[in-house]
Amino acid sequence: MSGAENRGAGHALVGTGAMVRLILRRDRAVLPIWVLLIAVMPAAFVASFEGLFPTEADRLRYARTSGTSPTFLALYGPLHGTDPGALAAQRAGFIPVIVALVCALTVIRHTRVEEETGRRELLGATVLGRGAGLAAALLVAMGASAVLGALTAAAMAAGGVSAAGAVALGLQFTMAGWVFAAAAAVAAQVTEGAGAARGLSVAALGAAFAVRMAADAGGRGNGLQWLSWLSPLGWGTRLAPFGDERWWVLLLGAALVAVLVAAAGMLSGRRDVGAGILPPSLGPAEAPVSLSGPFGLAWRLHSRPLYGWLAGFAALGVVFGGVADGVGDLVKDNPGLEEIVTRLGGRTAITDAYFASATGLLGVFAAGYAVSAVLRMRAEEASLRAEPVLAAAVGRLRWQAAHLVFPLLGPAAALAVAGTAAGLVHGLDSGDAGGWVPRVAGAALAQLPAVWTVAAAAVALVGLAPRAAAASWGGYAAVVVISLFGPTLRMDQWVRDVSPFDHVPELPGGEFTAAPLVWLAAAAAVLTAAGMGGFRRRDLSPG
Amino acid sequence: MTQHSTLPIEVSGLVKTFGRTRALDGLDLTVRAGEVHGFLGPNGAGKSTAIRILLGLLRADGGTARLLGGDPWKDATRLHRRLAYVPGDVTLWPNLSGGEVIDLLGRMRGGLDRRRRDELLERFELDPRKKGRAYSKGNRQKVGLVAALASDADLLVLDEPTSGLDPLMEEVFQECVREERDRGRTVLLSSHILSEVEALCDRVTIIRKGRAVETGTLAELRHLTRTSIDAELAAPPDGLRDLPGAHGLRVDGRRVRCEVDTAALDEVLRRLTSVGVRSLTSRPPTLEELFLRHYQDERPREAVR
Repeated sequence: MSGAENRGAGHALVGTGAMVRLILRRDRAVLPIWVLLIAVMPAAFVASFEGLFPTEADRLRYARTSGTSPTFLALYGPLHGTDPGALAAQRAGFIPVIVALVCALTVIRHTRVEEETGRRELLGATVLGRGAGLAAALLVAMGASAVLGALTAAAMAAGGVSAAGAVALGLQFTMAGWVFAAAAAVAAQVTEGAGAARGLSVAALGAAFAVRMAADAGGRGNGLQWLSWLSPLGWGTRLAPFGDERWWVLLLGAALVAVLVAAAGMLSGRRDVGAGILPPSLGPAEAPVSLSGPFGLAWRLHSRPLYGWLAGFAALGVVFGGVADGVGDLVKDNPGLEEIVTRLGGRTAITDAYFASATGLLGVFAAGYAVSAVLRMRAEEASLRAEPVLAAAVGRLRWQAAHLVFPLLGPAAALAVAGTAAGLVHGLDSGDAGGWVPRVAGAALAQLPAVWTVAAAAVALVGLAPRAAAASWGGYAAVVVISLFGPTLRMDQWVRDVSPFDHVPELPGGEFTAAPLVWLAAAAAVLTAAGMGGFRRRDLSPG
Repeated sequence: MTQHSTLPIEVSGLVKTFGRTRALDGLDLTVRAGEVHGFLGPNGAGKSTAIRILLGLLRADGGTARLLGGDPWKDATRLHRRLAYVPGDVTLWPNLSGGEVIDLLGRMRGGLDRRRRDELLERFELDPRKKGRAYSKGNRQKVGLVAALASDADLLVLDEPTSGLDPLMEEVFQECVREERDRGRTVLLSSHILSEVEALCDRVTIIRKGRAVETGTLAELRHLTRTSIDAELAAPPDGLRDLPGAHGLRVDGRRVRCEVDTAALDEVLRRLTSVGVRSLTSRPPTLEELFLRHYQDERPREAVR
């Protein structure tokens, strides 16, 4: 008996090598693309900063903003120096979130999704240990982040910045990838469906990001800085690449990865293929009255993800609002900046500018929700679940309308929630809730036409080129890159014009012009009509 | 024309291409009111493509299709109130229970017989409270079947509906289809389970490579086929080689085995008895042989006619 148990651990991993090869083969296009794209970014930032700010004085001037502006600090983390490497490292502060997200989704795609589709069973009947699938998915995701870290460091060091800093930044990316790959591995054991596992992983990542934002937004020495020790993403900034690199922080990451991987392995040994640790619950034997048509069905399919996003937006709003008050304090400590700010219109003006960029960011996130909601409709079609519905007395337009209510109204709700929360928290801090709530909520809602335009492009793809619908994420990624990095990388105006968010007026504080919003809404309407019309005329297309 | 509009399904010359593949190549299919019509063909013959066109999920590239007197593409929503469909691979929403899916599909078709629903759940031994992802393949099929059979439809379109069902449930399914026919409903049953077709269908259309190669009642189809003959004669025969209508002739001493076209049966037997028959076994063609003849590539289609 004990002999069998001893062999058990080894047996569980039989076939891992074959599974790794299978995953690499299936991901042979997407894996190198994201690794390379992300790995060259920091080096591109270095080159860009050297071009933009050739002298130390130029860089100091930039560092004074980027090292103190709460938006920069919240989004990217602290600035550890003034050389091009340090500036680039801060600007790359959002990249660990992307690496973490991609790694988590990769692990879930090759574990839970495989089980859900039954492909895992097909393989499980061959000579394959029960832990092999999980081990292989982890190996690929972690291997990819390791390669990504190494390439990042090599590319930056080749650009002539400090080698130690380059290595630390690369390791920061790798650590984020490893931690969230391991976290996703646990999530994939606990829940029963891939959707729930994804939701759990993204929620964990969102929480880690929110905690890091709260810790860093107030700048060096603020009362909340200790929070960053609670977030694996915060450890990355505490590693301080291009500052006084604290290598020992990596041990924290390694320890967490070891704990998570061990937990995932243990949980996977205790459950059946296809089942979760949480037992499946029974549903009602009969449908409630609300579930009588395409709209009722769409509500059942979209409501849970929507609630998750709304909760995330509420949390983001609270963080954004809570940080806003520190903006004025930063100015107080900096006489030079205060003078400029006063000339610009005083304390309110700098808070306005902060909220303008914060709401812009909310808009970009909301567009991510909108694209995912549009693609949920496509997933219904690709998985053939749309067929019995459309073979009932449900027209194509009505079926689409039921799904598209969510990318249309979901972002409105999310932006209203986040804007109201931000305005309320800052309003309570500054004693003018009545003024700030409509100001910030209005600014957030002004992003809507741009969000709709991104979503409508996805609708058009689904309707006109269904098999290319996933390219909507490519378009969304382009919008994210342009919005987050466009100014830093000094992209040409015509490139920046591609992003609908570049056309939204700066609010609050800026001049409100309705024209661009009307144009964006019109573009969204035209794209949506083209997509819906295309879907009505074409064959249903399985995935 | 008026007579035509009473046909629940009337398809002629239907063409559908996917890229270079010609999935349907001039398909003809006629289903009469009140009959159970078997729609037979090997995998990839175009059965599901034809059904998806009839349901307005795909658009035909050529030919005409009429469904319940309307155009399956333009009048889809109106027509779908009068039909129920079960796909060969029922996919369910992971977070909806089977009971919820049955009710939802029934309501979207415009009505569901509650008593019949509960009775069917019992007969198919299906637990309606399980979530979609917890059902096995066979149980997912049952969800689709209960939803379709409990609905108030004139026409049932069943696309290999029993894949994954065990023999007991197959039996329940056959009972249910017979009841549907007795109520005057029309059924289009696509299948490649021959016993199921033999047990249920009034008429059959065999489709191969996107085209109907045979259509008629089972008796008519049998008439077109061959009877196997195995005879022991009084003496070694000669002159059998040029027998019209005898195929696969094997002469082994005094033993003769061959397959005979029904039309040539008289003539062949006359020749055999002229030599003297010591023993004779003859076997009517099975449906299986009928299909195999249509499915197998080697045999030229002309031989069938």
